[in-house]
Amino acid sequence: MRLLSARNLSTHFPIRGGFWRKAVNYVRAVHEVSLDVYPGEVVALVGESGCGKSTLGFSLLGLTPPTSGTIELLGNSIDIQKPSSWKSHRKDFQIIFQDPYTSLNPRLTVFELLSEPLTTHGLVPRSGLREAAADLLRQVGLSPDILDRFPHAFSGGQRQRLCIARALGLKPKLLVCDEVVSALDVSVQAQIVNLLLDLKRDHGLSLLFITHDLSLVRSIADRVLVMYLGSIVETATAADLFRAPHHPYTRALLDSIPTLDPAKKPKPLEGELPSSSNPPPGCVFATRCPRAFDRCRVEVPKLVVDKTRSVACFDPMTKM
Amino acid sequence: MPPAFKSSSSAPLLRVENLSLGFKANGKVTPVTEGVTFEVRPGEVFGLVGESGCGKTVTCLGLLRLLPKVGSAVLSGQAMFEGKDLLHMSDEDLRSVRGAEIAMIFQEPSAAMNPLLPIRSQLLMPFKHHPYNGDPEVRVTKLLRRVGFADPELVLKSYPHELSGGMLQRVMIAHALLLHPKLLLADEPTTALDVTVQAQILELLAEMQRESGLSVVLITHNLNLVAQYASRVAVMYAGRVVEEAPVADFLDNAKHPYSQGLLEALPRLDEAAHVPKPIPGSVPSADKYPSGCRFRDRCPYAFDRCTVVPQWTEISPGHRVACHLFPHPSPSPLPSPSVAMEREGGKGVR
Repeated sequence: MRLLSARNLSTHFPIRGGFWRKAVNYVRAVHEVSLDVYPGEVVALVGESGCGKSTLGFSLLGLTPPTSGTIELLGNSIDIQKPSSWKSHRKDFQIIFQDPYTSLNPRLTVFELLSEPLTTHGLVPRSGLREAAADLLRQVGLSPDILDRFPHAFSGGQRQRLCIARALGLKPKLLVCDEVVSALDVSVQAQIVNLLLDLKRDHGLSLLFITHDLSLVRSIADRVLVMYLGSIVETATAADLFRAPHHPYTRALLDSIPTLDPAKKPKPLEGELPSSSNPPPGCVFATRCPRAFDRCRVEVPKLVVDKTRSVACFDPMTKM
Repeated sequence: MPPAFKSSSSAPLLRVENLSLGFKANGKVTPVTEGVTFEVRPGEVFGLVGESGCGKTVTCLGLLRLLPKVGSAVLSGQAMFEGKDLLHMSDEDLRSVRGAEIAMIFQEPSAAMNPLLPIRSQLLMPFKHHPYNGDPEVRVTKLLRRVGFADPELVLKSYPHELSGGMLQRVMIAHALLLHPKLLLADEPTTALDVTVQAQILELLAEMQRESGLSVVLITHNLNLVAQYASRVAVMYAGRVVEEAPVADFLDNAKHPYSQGLLEALPRLDEAAHVPKPIPGSVPSADKYPSGCRFRDRCPYAFDRCTVVPQWTEISPGHRVACHLFPHPSPSPLPSPSVAMEREGGKGVR
């Protein structure tokens, strides 16, 4: 059974203007996206800043309700017009945010932070809260001695562990990780990635890992979705994607990553991400694509689905 | 490839010697960096690497005396730039060096720009304080084109909030290069940016360096960047330099356990099942540094001698390491500034 399934999901933000504050245009943050997440799977959602990957994550959980499309959580369809319809699923679908410095209330102690979701959902009786919170800290590799301290006393990596502990308390089935390591040092990144992989193995947790860093994706993801300007342009298993990317954008992303091998120079991708309120006609990547030809500039390529992978390109790097 | 230096005997552009900086709190001074020694040669990219809290940024801010006057102190050391000591020259002399001879790119472009002024007035500001032959407007427009803006006029009219992080960072680079500086201190110039923009920015810096012989101190925690763009690297941990080497040598043959840990923590693209290996624990804060080797709490090889501050050992020409795993043949051929500092502690405050 699918944990989460979305079809033709769009999230458009109105740009208002004029005397009556009417919508004069729309920012197409997420446009006609379909995706599935299966139990025990790590799905990576990759793209540059501004491509809509965080909005997609938020929309799937109803934090930014989508404007159209359908969502099924654990097989139950969600009424996307009603924000409250996500409520009964909150426990199973948790999110960790990018910046561990702003996502923890500075006025609550670690104990209060960790016990709040447990009492809200009525999972643990009041008398057992302290033990439950201490147990959560142990799960993420922190000492239970810190229960009465405040978030400011901790480093970025430790705070991110607190955020993970807070989400884990509800025993979620899917954890949406929105750029959870990009604010951290390389050495600490590895700590958090390893922790998430352990949790996946021990609890069968699924992860939707939103990131702009493809080098991490290779280490943790089973499947990768590549997003550009609100649309998914390629999906593949992590192994396939790194072996033979089909979409020129995926190729460009891979080429721009610096490696330890000085002979392999990163190749920058020229140009800027176009504005998502005024996307180019035809293929969204055509303005920066080295392989673009006439058809790309007028016609929108459909996501062509093969057995395990799909690509939206008229002239993929490797023929499917 | 970064150009190899013509001859290693050429005089260094900047020589930082035994630099110790401290912060004052509760009436006492806590040393934050200790005995930092390195040199930057003309036309080279020098990588300064370490985790957050290692003192990389403090060292650079200290060089330009940008740390708050009241809360910080230079405990010892000197920083010779073209024969003048940056740390002890008069404020007036320093002002003529800052921006014109040594420029800095700050970590967070959105926080480093004045939100109330359009880009034009911010970019023209350096010309008001430094002599310049030529038309500032022309120079500004030319550099903006150089950093990849197709329409400089549009950028000049904008306010910082109207530009994206990548665009602001490129504006900052243009700003730093306006007066043809000889040395650029680039503090995590790409940490806040996407990989695609990161490649653009660093390619640009490399071009500038090839064309105008600019020297760059590249501060980063990402060794991949150092491997790609720098010719020499120094690794800092908890306020001390622990290893220094030519980059090629470092990548094949890093000696210090901390350097090795940093290399192993990197995610790899070339290996399918490579899970990055973390360094356990985190950098202690300056008031909680352990005695002796400061890495010993996190070091997998730590043994009893690590409670004593390690001395420098030369592994090969230009490659030195401060670790007891590599005992140096006595008598000491190299100065060991950290030992002296350890005993002196907070003395010598000005």
